[in-house]
Amino acid sequence: MRHSVATAALLIGVAGANAAMAQTEINVLRVAVNDEQEAYYEEIAQAYEEQNDGVTVTFEYIANEAYKSKLPTLLQSDARPDIFYSWGGQTLVEQANAGFLQGISDMLPEEMTGTIPEAGLNAYTVDGNLYGLPLYATEVVFWTNTALTEEAGVDIDQIETWEDFLGAVQTLKDASVTPIIAGGQDKWPLHFYWSYLALREGGPDVVSDAMAGENGGFESEAFVEAGKEFQKLTDMEPFQSGFMGTTYETASGMFADGEGAFHLMGDWDYLPMRERSTSGEGLPDEQLAIFSFPVLADPVSEGGEGATLGGINGWAVSQSAEPEAVDFLAFMLSEENQRKAAEQELFIPIVEGTGDALSNPFYQQVSEDITNSSYHQIFLDQFLGASVGATVNDISADLAQDAITPEEAAAQVQEAWDFR
Amino acid sequence: MATSVASRRLSASERLRRSLNNGRVTAALILLPPALILFTLFVMLPLGESVYYAFFNWNGYGTPTDYVGMENFQRIAGHSVFQKAVTNTLKIVAISLFLQMPLALLLALLIYRKTPTNALFRLIFFVPYILAEVAAGLIWSFVFDGNYGVTASIAQSMGVESFFILADRDWAFVAVMTVIVWKYFGFHMMIYIAALQSVPEDLIEAARIEGAKRHQIVRYVQIPQIKHALVVSAFFAIIGALQVFDIIIPLTNGGPSNQTHTIVTYLYTFGLTRLNIGFGSAVGVILFIAAITVAVFYQRFFMNRSET
Repeated sequence: MRHSVATAALLIGVAGANAAMAQTEINVLRVAVNDEQEAYYEEIAQAYEEQNDGVTVTFEYIANEAYKSKLPTLLQSDARPDIFYSWGGQTLVEQANAGFLQGISDMLPEEMTGTIPEAGLNAYTVDGNLYGLPLYATEVVFWTNTALTEEAGVDIDQIETWEDFLGAVQTLKDASVTPIIAGGQDKWPLHFYWSYLALREGGPDVVSDAMAGENGGFESEAFVEAGKEFQKLTDMEPFQSGFMGTTYETASGMFADGEGAFHLMGDWDYLPMRERSTSGEGLPDEQLAIFSFPVLADPVSEGGEGATLGGINGWAVSQSAEPEAVDFLAFMLSEENQRKAAEQELFIPIVEGTGDALSNPFYQQVSEDITNSSYHQIFLDQFLGASVGATVNDISADLAQDAITPEEAAAQVQEAWDFR
Repeated sequence: MATSVASRRLSASERLRRSLNNGRVTAALILLPPALILFTLFVMLPLGESVYYAFFNWNGYGTPTDYVGMENFQRIAGHSVFQKAVTNTLKIVAISLFLQMPLALLLALLIYRKTPTNALFRLIFFVPYILAEVAAGLIWSFVFDGNYGVTASIAQSMGVESFFILADRDWAFVAVMTVIVWKYFGFHMMIYIAALQSVPEDLIEAARIEGAKRHQIVRYVQIPQIKHALVVSAFFAIIGALQVFDIIIPLTNGGPSNQTHTIVTYLYTFGLTRLNIGFGSAVGVILFIAAITVAVFYQRFFMNRSET
């Protein structure tokens, strides 16, 4: 007994000594990524550790859904990370309002904020305080299998308006080609349609106005019309059969297998869809094309035609993070590291002037789209927070199945917003 | 009984001394606290907390401050998806009682005697129950998959267009109930087998000599004799139906568009994943009250009567 007590004391002593010469630890929590990206972060962490004695950087990864449900608990515990992955939007606002985040404007190197586009900074700003930094931007586009569109006689360069698009869908149907692949079971792939249409109908301010309760909030004409336009499409039964039982992953594999002509999805799907295809190869680049979501000939209000929908994903800094963590964040987002990501085609970097390092034509086009965008709307299911966002996904799926009317859809979103 | 009558005549201190001596109180003092502490810490406390949270609009960050009274409950009552979830849960109860239990009983009657073939069949029928729920859900989601799954192969070999039962708003829950019956009938069957084996052979023999036919023996001898097992298995079926969760998540995740939720998947989807912790707590409270009500009433009206 005495022996074990002595051992325990010794162990505690050793641990104590370790703690005394402890280094500054920076813990970064991220949604799980593929191996290439993990290697990229590992390299950044090592480079930073070499430059800064006594600092260790640890990256930890949690799968997507688990991350979202675990984060609130984690942030309230002592095990909270210093820097964590964020989608911006209402979730960030809620975290900031609950006091879990740290304002970092004053702690960043002066020239830092100048390198990031304003839309990117806005996504991480709550009430004038900057709580994090964006890492990359994504855009939702129509991925197209040109072999199928050409076969059916559809010229995607001619698709300007929503009516053009509906016409193309009809042509494809007449040629017995499945016009659109959609991962309806996950619902969020369908919410892209409703969001984009609302953006085109109501202009860039449509969402922020609705959040402020103007023009009847989410029950305003723009959102109702968006539902109607969406149902014009779904009435044509444009999706593969059983689309409500198809997950995003399956849908992306099906598109890469050549099962349908269009897939409304983010630029991030470029590599994953290949991995998910039956052959593992997917469609060759020359058989792939992307085009922006069509515009409306007669929108409710003007200004929505140049807007883009996508994500501005990045990092938030938690309230207990040491100044070193902010320093590391700035390092991680340095031009050099962003350029590396672009060269390795891991993502489309957000720091200005690094997009030219992209060699992939699709990424180049998306990068250009985002730069030229009049307004980059963050995905509504992220932007409006977990609860309202999920409601938007629900109503999008219900609209696609004709289970509710556009008016009911708008009312349900407003109801969720009132009670968030 | 005798001891308590005797101890009534003794003084309080004498009573304490005696009970200490016979070890009962000591045993209680030693054995009770761990269980009591664990129960309080992990059952009673969270229960009390969720009752408290149910009156707040709270997203899980910080402490709840936005007191909303009964609004969470009103919203739940008026929510079409919750109504659907309750209907679905009742459907599971019905299918368990009127399809699963008769099926289990029929099979039990066929294979309750101890023979090697029966043992083999027992094993086969019991295998689904041993499988983990999530695994079962995943397996069946492949079976029902109209693109790449078993359904696709069947449709292809028959030369008809593939069907997508899990994507169909009207039929998806039928598929879910099929899986539930498949998963749990073996469990009920085992209960009945055990009970049937304990029915005295001579009773059946006597009935047979009296000229009873097979179905009459079943009807008038075996079923009355295993009534207690039926009552217990029905209780498990009802409580189990209230708890169905891990089969549905991998199978449909509540979809298509929230048509296949049960009360628990509703709680998880609308309370936890959407970070409406107050709302979710209110659903939890409703579920708790439902479960307690069922348990108490069932005990009172069925279990006691069957023993007397």
